[in-house]
Amino acid sequence: MSKKPEAPPAADVDRPTRLRLYQLMVELRDFEQRAYELFLENLVRGTSHLALGQEAIAAGYAVAMRPDDYTFCTYRGHGHTLARGASMAAAMAELLGRGNGMLHGKGGSMHLTDVKHGAMGSYAIVGAHLPIAAGAAWSAQVRKSGQVAVCFFGDGTTNIGAFHEALNLAVIWNLPVVFVCENNQYMEYTPIRSVTAVEHPAADRASAYGLEPILVDGNDADVMYETARHAIGNARNGGGPSLVEALTYRHGGHSRADPAKYRPDAEVRDWLSRDPVTRYRELLLAAGISEAEVNTIDTRAQQKVDAATEEARNGAPASVDEIERQVWSDGGAAWRN
Amino acid sequence: MAELSFREAIAAGIAQEMERDPMVYFIGEDVGAAGGVFKATVGLFERFGAERVRDTPISEQAIIGAAMGAAMTGLRPIAEIMFSDFLATCWDMIANQVAKTRYMTDGQVSIPLVIRTANGGGTRFGAQHSQSLENWAMAVPGLKVVAPSTPADAKGLLAAAIRDPDPVVFFEQKSLYGVKGDVPEGEHVERLGEAKVLRDGAHCTIVALAAMVPRALAAAQKLAADGIDATVVDVRSLVPLDTRTILREVVKTGRLFTVEENPRLCGWGAEVASIVADECFDELDGPIVRITTPHVPLPAADVLEDAAMPSVERITQTVRDSMR
Repeated sequence: MSKKPEAPPAADVDRPTRLRLYQLMVELRDFEQRAYELFLENLVRGTSHLALGQEAIAAGYAVAMRPDDYTFCTYRGHGHTLARGASMAAAMAELLGRGNGMLHGKGGSMHLTDVKHGAMGSYAIVGAHLPIAAGAAWSAQVRKSGQVAVCFFGDGTTNIGAFHEALNLAVIWNLPVVFVCENNQYMEYTPIRSVTAVEHPAADRASAYGLEPILVDGNDADVMYETARHAIGNARNGGGPSLVEALTYRHGGHSRADPAKYRPDAEVRDWLSRDPVTRYRELLLAAGISEAEVNTIDTRAQQKVDAATEEARNGAPASVDEIERQVWSDGGAAWRN
Repeated sequence: MAELSFREAIAAGIAQEMERDPMVYFIGEDVGAAGGVFKATVGLFERFGAERVRDTPISEQAIIGAAMGAAMTGLRPIAEIMFSDFLATCWDMIANQVAKTRYMTDGQVSIPLVIRTANGGGTRFGAQHSQSLENWAMAVPGLKVVAPSTPADAKGLLAAAIRDPDPVVFFEQKSLYGVKGDVPEGEHVERLGEAKVLRDGAHCTIVALAAMVPRALAAAQKLAADGIDATVVDVRSLVPLDTRTILREVVKTGRLFTVEENPRLCGWGAEVASIVADECFDELDGPIVRITTPHVPLPAADVLEDAAMPSVERITQTVRDSMR
C-alpha cells in the first residue's frame, strides 16, 4: 500500500509568498544553529531537540495558516512556535532559563507556547497532543469560528495509541484538524521502518481511518505550502481532517545528548544534499529573484537572531517567585486554606 | 427541597449548568441515548441534543485530550471516564497534560474541565472496577479533587466544579448512586474547598470522605451509646483542602480518626494526619488513627469486599478501642 511522494505541484507559489517562506526557513535555521552554539557554551541547560533540516514543514504550514488557527507541536517545536510569530528573544531566553523567557522559566525548550499567536503549546509526551488538537478543532467546530487546528508530530508517534484514538475521533466527528507527520526517518535513535508494520508510518495508516494517503516531500517549501493550503482549506470548508506524511531528515541527533552516529554516512550525505534551505535559495535564484535580495534576507535573519540572543543573554535568571505562580487560574498555587 | 437519588442529583447538576452556559458540553462512553452506564446522566441527551451530549468511542485518551483541547479554546467540557480504574488508561492526559499545561505555559491557557468518574467499591466488581483513587489525583499538582457524599452535594459540588476555571476530577462513589436525599430546588451551587461538620461531638473527630461519610455517621451513633461523643467531618474536597475546619475540629476534641476507602499507603488521610501532627500536635490527646482498606487490590466476593472496606463495625470498634 506504500506510495511514492506525490510530484511537486506546478510552481504557482507567488513571489511574496516564496520570499516569506524563505525568510521563515532561514530564521528558524539560524535560531536553532544559535541555540546549538549556546549549548556548547553551556548556556542552554537541560535538553533540547532541534529541527535543523525540517524547516520547510514549519514554514509551509505557518504561511498557509490564518492568524487565529491553532498550532500544536512536540518538544521539537522551536520552529513551529517561532513560525507563528512568537518572539525570538523570548524563546531564546526561555532556552537560557531567564526571567524574560516566554514562560518565565517554567516551561523550557520542550514547552514553548505563545497562545496570542496561535501556538497552543509544545507537548513532550509522544502522542498526547493529537487528541488535544482534535479537541481544539472540536471547539472551533461547535463555536463555528472557522479556525483549523494543525498538529505536528514525528514518525515515532504513529505507533502510540493516542495517534489512533485521535484520528478515529477526528474522522467520526469530522473535525477541522490537519495531522502532519514529520517523518524524519528515525524514532529517537531507531530507524522508523525497523519498528513499524508499514513502510510509510502515517500515509499507510490513513486508509484505516478512511483518509486519503498523503505522502509529500517535506524538504520542499513549495510542496509543503501547497499541501498545507489544500488540507487547511479543506478542513475550514467542513471537509474534515487530513493526515499528511512529510518526508524529511534532521541534520543532528534526536536531542542534545545524541551525536547520531547510528546513521549511515551515505544516507546523511544524500539528505544533506536535499537541505530545504539551500534548495529553496537555489530555487529563488533560478526563479529570477536577485542574489542581493536573497542575501538581504539572510543578513536580516542573522541580525534578528543576534538581537534575540543579546536580549536573552541580558535577561536576569528566572525569579524564584515564579515557582508558586500559575498552577491555578487565580495565579497562585494554594491547595489548602 | 426535593428528594433525589445521588444519580439524579448528578444529572440535575449537569442540566443546571448546561442550561446556564451554552459552552458546557458533555462527552463520554454511552453518555448519550443510553444515559450513562450508571444512569447518572439520564435525560440529558433528550434535553440538550447529540451536539452537546456526545457519545465517544472507547478511547479514554481521546476523551480527555479532546476535552482538554476544547477547554483551552473556549468550551467548558465535562468528560466522563466510566470507571475511575480507567483513569489509568488516560493518566498521561490527566497528570501530564491537563494538570501541568497551565503552569508550564505560565498561565497562557486555562483548562476549565471536569472529569467525572465512578469510583469506589461495594459493588462486587473486583479489583479493576472498584478502586478508590482520589489519592492518585490528589498527588498531582494542578488538579482539584472533589468527592461528594450526599445527593445535595453531588449537585452543588458538581455545579461548582463545572464553573471552576481549573481542572477538577470529580469522584462519584458508585455505592452512593442509589442513595436518596433532599436537594435544594432551583439553582444550587456549593463552594469547592469547604469541609462540612455533620455531627458535633466532644470526645473525638472522625474525618471521612464520600461513601465513608455515612458509615462514619452510623459509627458515631453507635459510639454515642457507649458514651463516646464523636464529631464527624465530611472532607468533600481534597484539593483544595479545608484544613482550617479539620484543624479546628481536631483541636476541639483532641483526637483524630480518618476513614478512607482507599488502600492504606498514601491515602488522603495520611496527608491530613501529617498536617494535624505538624500544626496541632500539642492539642492531641492520643495517636492519630487511620481506618482504611488494607493495602490489597479489592477482592470481588461480597464477604471479602465487605471485610476489606472500612465498615461501620470496624470504624466503631477501632474508635472505641483507641478511646478506651
